[in-house]
Parts: sequence; C-alpha cells; structure tokens
Amino acid sequence: MSKKTVLRKSAAKVFANSGGAAESVKAGRRAGYFGPYGGRFVPETLVSALDELERHYKAAMKDKSFRAELDNCYRNIAGRPSELYFARRLTEALGGAKIYLKREDMNHTGAHKINNTLGQALLTLRMGKKRVIAETGAGQHGVATATAAAVFGLQCDVYMGTEDIRRQSLNVFRMQLLGAKVVPVSSGQKTLKDALNEAMRDWMGSVGHTHYIIGSVAGPHPFPTMVREFQSCIGREARRQMLAAEGRLPDLIVACVGGGSNSAGIFAPMIRDRSVAMLGVEAGGRGPGIGDHASTLCKGKPGVLHGSLSYVLQDADGNTAPVHSVSAGLDYPGVGPEHSYWKDTGRVKYVSCSDDRAIDAVMTLARTEGIIPALESAHAVAEAVRLAPKMKKNRIILICLSGRGDKDCNEIASILEKRKKK
Amino acid sequence: MKNRLAEVFKQATASGRKTLVPFITAGYPDAATTGALLTELERIGVRVCELGVPFSDPIADGPVIQASYTDALASGFKTGQAFEIARRYRNRGGRMALVMMVSYSLVFKQGPGKFLARAAGAGFDGLIVPDLPLEEAGRFEAMAARAGLANVMLIAPTSPLARRIRIAGHSRGFIYYMSVAGITGERVSLPKTTIRAVAELRRKIRLPVCLGFGISSPRTVRLACSAADGAIVGSAIVRRIADCVQSGASGKKLVASVGRFVGGLLKAAKSSR
Repeated sequence: MSKKTVLRKSAAKVFANSGGAAESVKAGRRAGYFGPYGGRFVPETLVSALDELERHYKAAMKDKSFRAELDNCYRNIAGRPSELYFARRLTEALGGAKIYLKREDMNHTGAHKINNTLGQALLTLRMGKKRVIAETGAGQHGVATATAAAVFGLQCDVYMGTEDIRRQSLNVFRMQLLGAKVVPVSSGQKTLKDALNEAMRDWMGSVGHTHYIIGSVAGPHPFPTMVREFQSCIGREARRQMLAAEGRLPDLIVACVGGGSNSAGIFAPMIRDRSVAMLGVEAGGRGPGIGDHASTLCKGKPGVLHGSLSYVLQDADGNTAPVHSVSAGLDYPGVGPEHSYWKDTGRVKYVSCSDDRAIDAVMTLARTEGIIPALESAHAVAEAVRLAPKMKKNRIILICLSGRGDKDCNEIASILEKRKKK
Repeated sequence: MKNRLAEVFKQATASGRKTLVPFITAGYPDAATTGALLTELERIGVRVCELGVPFSDPIADGPVIQASYTDALASGFKTGQAFEIARRYRNRGGRMALVMMVSYSLVFKQGPGKFLARAAGAGFDGLIVPDLPLEEAGRFEAMAARAGLANVMLIAPTSPLARRIRIAGHSRGFIYYMSVAGITGERVSLPKTTIRAVAELRRKIRLPVCLGFGISSPRTVRLACSAADGAIVGSAIVRRIADCVQSGASGKKLVASVGRFVGGLLKAAKSSR
C-alpha cells in the first residue's frame, strides 16, 4: 500500500466519525491539521487569541533576530546543546546494538521542558504580554515555566491539581521559590487534565494580557506545531551529533510519549530520514484495564479533548477516562495530534511499557551508567533494553533521555520498599 | 414540523417581547428531577430552555455548572439519558423549545450524524456546541440543518466585528452572545461595551441575539434585555439546584424553589422592552 493510500484510509476512518472537522481535513491542507488530526476545538472566546498567537509565532520564526535570541537562550539559560552520550557499559551489558543517550536530563531545570518555555516566554514578550500561565502535572513544566518567567520578569501562575500538589510538594516549593503562584485545582479528578481545563478557563478571561504556555504538543492549533518546533532543537542537535560520532544516523530512536513533546522534538527533525525507525513508548501502568494505564495511542480511539482531535482515552459516551502511570509526566489521557498522524501513517511505532519495567530500567541505567533517569524517560530506556540484545552490534539505538530522576526519588524509594515486602 | 425555536422567537419579535432562556443540567440531581423542572419551567411561562449535557472536561463552563456535571457523571449519568429526558418531556405534551448544550467531544464520539438524528428524534429543536467554532463547524452546520435542528453559534466579546457578522450569518435559531470573556458564572453587572456591541450587532443582522454569561438576577436580566432579544441564565439557576441538593430538600421543594427564582427572572424579562 502506498503512503498516500494509507493516509487516505486513515483520514476516511476518522471522517466516517467526523462532522465539522471533516471538510477541512479532507483537503488535508489546512494549517493546524496533521492528516485528519489537530484543529481548534475551543470556545469562540479563544479563537482570536489563537489567531493572534499564530500570527506572532509565524512572524517570529521568520525573524532572524528572534531565532538568534532563542538560540542564545538555549545556550545561556538551558545549557544547550545537550550531550550525546555513548552508553558503553549499558551497551556491553546488553550485548547488542550500540546505545546512545540524548542527555536532555542535563538541561537547566532537569528536563526538556525548558526548551519550550523559553521559546514561548520570548513570544510572550514579543506579543507585549506581561503574564504567563501554565498547567502542570508532576511540576516539571510548571518549574520550567516559572524559571522562564523569572528570567524574563513575567508574572506567572501555574495551575496544578490538588492530588498532584500533594504528591509533588518539592516542585510546588521550587515554583514558589522562583516567584510563581501555584493555583490548586480541585475540580474533576484533581490532576493534570483538570489543571489544563482550569488554565484554559483563566486564559478565556485574561487573553488580553496573558499568554498560556501549554507544556506539550497538545491543545488547539498553533500549540502542537509551535511546541514541536521549540522542542526540535533536541532532534536537530542529535542528528548532527550522531553524524559526528558515528558518521551515520541511528537505526532506531526511542522516546517516551505522554502528551508527546520530547518525542516530537527528537522525531520531527529526522522524520524524513527514512532509514531511521522510530518508537514511541507510552505508559502501560498497572495493566490493560481502563484507569490502569495511559496508553492513549496504543489503546485509545480518535476523539476531541483539550482543543484538538487526536487519539484519546474516553468512555463510550466520550467522557475522558481515568488514567494511571507511575510517572506523573505520562499520566495524561490525550496525546499530541501529530503523533496520531504518525501512528496512522506507520511512520512511528507506538508501544507501551509497564510501571514495573520502568522502575527496573531506572535501576539498570543508574547502575551501568551512573544516571538516574526520570520515570518518564525510564519507559524509553526499558524499551531500548528490551530491543538492543535482539539487534546486531553494528546497529545504533538513540534514546531521548528526556529528564533526570531526582524528582522521582521518593516515589521510587516507596515502590522499592513495597517490592521488598512482597 | 416547524422548528419550535424559530417559532418562539418569531412570535416574541412580532409582539416585542423579550425571551428568558433558563439553563439546567440534564440529570442533575437526577433525570426525574430534570423532567419535573422542565414541566415546571413551562408551567410558569418559559418558552425556550437550554439543557446541558454533563461532560467530564467542560472548558467553556464555570465552576457551578462543572460541579453539576461532575456530580451527574459520578451518579452514573449517560449521554443517552439527555435524549430520554427530552423524549419523555415531549411524550407528556411538553411544548417549550429545547436547546441542547453539548461538548463536541460527546458529539464526535457518537458521530455527528447519529448524534443529531438522536437529538432531533428525542424532540430537541437546536444545539449549542461551545467548542465548535466557525472554522470547525462547516459540515456540522449543514448536517444539523438537514436534521431540522438549529445550530446556535456563540459570539465572544473578543470576536472582531467582521467575524461577529460572519458567525451571525451561520447561526440558526438565535445568536448566543457571551457578555464577558471568560467562563460562565454569576456577576453583579454587565460591561457597557457589551451592551453597546450587542445593540450595534442587532442593527446589522436579523437573527435574534440572546445574552448569556454572568446573568444571574432580575437586575442583570433587565440589563441584558435592554440590549438583546433575550437573556440566558445558567449558573444562578444551577446554584439554586445545588443548594437544594446540599440542604437535603425534597425534589418537590427543589422544583418549587427553582420555579420561584426563574419566575422572578421571567417577570424581569417581560417588563423589558
């Protein structure tokens, strides 16, 4: 089947179930759509703000001085470029493909999130706005937003579910230390998706002076495109670094997928390099039952959530299903629309990895390489650990190590404690 | 059959009357009470009623309505019950125009064609899909028209004038004009800029304009009706329902209390010209 046929079939499948979006989607040309996915399913109040954002974003990306300033921020604030690290002992222990790590965990604030918040904070200044808001689950995006806001002197409010505030008290304190206000959200399930709802509501009443820094490649257009672009520094650097280190591109890239920003950032710049296989790893949680995992692409269906059409975990009526993952950053019932497109076209393969395997991967990487990965990133490590021994020694796997695990140490300790008792 | 929504506004416009559009949540606190509320609202003189379908992530709604959605879903509400409530109301001879407020997430899940057919079959006259803006509404609009349902579109204070007129051209039944940017909820007064903008819009278009968001009292209803063809009241009514639920009042008392409150709002709307 040709690529075009696959695309048409995937589009037809979604359209069979679609009304409004279909018209524009069929043409496949409209900005903000990835095949049949994406769009802008938001209240009218936000449409003009999204138009304004899109205008400023496009102008900024064409403006050399903006790009230069962004590069400067990447270097001086985030500490980019992040290292490409050959994991020698892990490679030897597994006895198969060579494993490289893209060290996003070495960035300022400990994860890839800062790449996006710096970009959007610069845009905020360009739009003449003085306040930013954000949603956060584990607090990593909140901390990265609070950091960017502090660097640029912006007022910052971060919405966070009360359940997450309880679980992530250290990050709450970090945000406050950075001068941000953490706004508790006690509606719905009191977690990330509810924080996103609340931030969206704030924005509807404050669009005049406030920019909403969405933390992933999700949400209404132009966020999925914009966040992917701001995260693409990961893949651009990695591509260059791989060529320098090995004289060729990797055979496989593995990255974890929650909303999908670190994976989109490393995949997108190499998506046209057909020799590079790509694997997105979702949170398999405790098992395949509803409420036990967050494997949106593996187990969900197309639906509308948080402003875009994409794969989503819902009940039969279309209400959002509860999700679970040991890693708060993957604990989200939706996913960026471009990933849905990549899944349907077959360009990227998506699998899921259980809580237990992620914890095992943390220990493996810690003991072979002296790196404690974030629980999110550990999902990608686990898949690489599974696949490497099956691959020839002249093959190369590149893992996006999206963040460091310091924030997860309490969680990991309590899980290991429970394991001992079993 | 003629669309009741179009009929109500035609008569109101002809006689210079203003229309009060109350909003209640389907299935809150339960389907039977929602049915009793519909009957009561019709008895006291309401001609158009908005029925909200509970959804897990209603970004366009304020905290009061969201809480009612969360409660209804927690007690096992299914979207199908919204159709059932309307069907039973029609079977009892109910004649108000019924407009469903529903997130596109729920519509998309069933497929818009199927969803619209079910809504029309149950006796709804129109839909408000707050997260389906003009750019995404293309085919849905035509499908709704074919099903005999009015797709009521929203205008925000942030919509530029040219866009307001464009939206008005696509809306059917009436135009839902949001008095303030932000979410629904109760407010003491209404922005003067909104009142002026509505008056300006009404000079340019023929479709009736109803003002919603933040209208909570006879005073704000009068203010809204001074500029628009009607006023939509949601949170203030749902809050009264919630108060009754929390105080453990019987279904009868709840219905009577809501009836008294909406009666006061109706009087305010009728006294407006």
